Amino acid sequence: MHSTQKSVADSFSDFVESEEKDFTLRDGSRIAVVGGGPAGSFFSYFLLKMAQAIDLELEVDIFEPRSFGYCGPAGCNHCGGIVSESLVQTLAAEGIVLPRSVVQRGVESYVVHMDVGDVTIESPVHERRIAALYRGNGPREGGDSELESFDGYLQNLVTGLGARVVPELITGVEHRDDRPYLKYGDGKGGQYDLVAMAAGVNSNIINMLNELPGDYLPPKTTRGYICEFRSTKEEILRILGRAVHVFLLDIPRFEFAAIIPKGQFVTVVMVGEDLDQELVHAFLNDPVVRRTFPTNATPCVCSCSPLINLGARKRPYGDRVVMVGDSGITRLYKDGIGAAFRTGKAAATSAIFHGVSAGDFEKHFWPTCRNIVNDNRVGKVMFATNAIMKNSRLTRKAMLRMAQKEQEKENARPHMSTLLWNMFTGSAPYVEMFRGTLRPGFIYNLLLSVGAALVPGRKKTAQPRKKAA
Amino acid sequence: MVGGALGKIYRNGEIIIEQGQTGDSMFVVQGGRVEVLQNSLKGGLQHLAFLDSGDFFGEMAVFEKEVRSATVRAAGEARVLRIDKKALLTRIREDPLLAVNLLKTMSHRIRHLNEEVARHRKTHL
Repeated sequence: MHSTQKSVADSFSDFVESEEKDFTLRDGSRIAVVGGGPAGSFFSYFLLKMAQAIDLELEVDIFEPRSFGYCGPAGCNHCGGIVSESLVQTLAAEGIVLPRSVVQRGVESYVVHMDVGDVTIESPVHERRIAALYRGNGPREGGDSELESFDGYLQNLVTGLGARVVPELITGVEHRDDRPYLKYGDGKGGQYDLVAMAAGVNSNIINMLNELPGDYLPPKTTRGYICEFRSTKEEILRILGRAVHVFLLDIPRFEFAAIIPKGQFVTVVMVGEDLDQELVHAFLNDPVVRRTFPTNATPCVCSCSPLINLGARKRPYGDRVVMVGDSGITRLYKDGIGAAFRTGKAAATSAIFHGVSAGDFEKHFWPTCRNIVNDNRVGKVMFATNAIMKNSRLTRKAMLRMAQKEQEKENARPHMSTLLWNMFTGSAPYVEMFRGTLRPGFIYNLLLSVGAALVPGRKKTAQPRKKAA
Repeated sequence: MVGGALGKIYRNGEIIIEQGQTGDSMFVVQGGRVEVLQNSLKGGLQHLAFLDSGDFFGEMAVFEKEVRSATVRAAGEARVLRIDKKALLTRIREDPLLAVNLLKTMSHRIRHLNEEVARHRKTHL
């Protein structure tokens, strides 16, 4: 009798303990998503899609105080606004078609500008597979009725699946009774079974995570520079075409910059670890940049210096907390929206099919992040090599010559073109680009081009080869 | 101008893929409409279906090394995005759930095909 009673007591104790340690989402579980940008929306989208597929009913609250219907900073998420070739294809395969009102310009080529000449690198399949868009509703003074925000479009997709957008600012995060508790701007608060942090690195919320148990060291950041210039659609199309213009210039401390055409605006994006106003002015006044600019462009109508995630967050998850997009792990310099998609979907998959404990995220979410982290290590090597090559006139000429030759010949193997295309568009992992540079054909042609660059010649601008029929 | 800003524009009647040819990509309609046709036994082309924005075709070439089973042409001006086989399979290897959306559509098409076969049998009994 005694042993039976003990057994029942043990069973009850085990039951209580297992209930306390139950990290699976159930019908009615409440999920908070802090930040309504792409990372938050992709996480919510896949969470709700997968939940619907297994008949699980979840309550998803997305906390986003901004309205993406506003022009300028009030509705902006401080981003260059390029959706990479690989993400455009992945979204299409997922059934997400970006409407024309969202895509400000379908990009079909990149033009690389150097002091030694220019080269146009066409999309490998001669179609528009890169989207230039606005994360918010366009720059200050925008007011373009034809424009639809990318973040707003994704948010509408998610609310269509049943998520609720709460226009509240989160002012604090705590752990109460083994569950995360969010404090709202109006003094109220709410407890959740899972919190997905998707507020990026430009939000104060990232510093509040230290109040949660766990090892939440914020990622290393640097500042970028984004500026919008206004012109007319016709002039922008005439000068910039349907191409993104990138610059490899020998300006001290300069790393990378791009000019992106978007409707009646052009976006100038600069990234680097040592950006300041002096460098921005040096870039904008460089003769190579000046000749690429629309002649009737107004002075900068909207600008910002957002923080850019440069390194991995040490542990972007904990019990009932997961960090997606820029808040956690992202790709180095490129394809931040693609990284938001990958980490958002991986976190949602883990939460639905495995659980929301730190162990579940470690096993099922972290591998996706780790792949990005490892790829970024190779990316650092690639960018360092690029910096060395762009700082030497000889190697700049060699790179230009090799890419020009490939673009002019119909059947040439596009070694350098593919490298530059992937490097600038962010369409391929850095590991894949690095492998490409080890191919004998790449090395042989680069050496030939270095040899040819030693011979003095006139500056040349390459015409792209004829498009395939 | 046809809806959607990505992909490639095909003019009315322009062939996008042709039955019997080999292929290494699938396609997603971004705007406008395309028509799926098959060579009929009597000669000529037989209409199978229309596909609209968001619909995809040519997916069989991604999963098997057979030739295209149908011809697809633009019905009016259409904008169509090509998805590379290698890129898609690489993404599916990293994220198997990506294939679920494709499986859903393929499952829907098999169901539709079964209904067509049943209807066909009924009319010939």
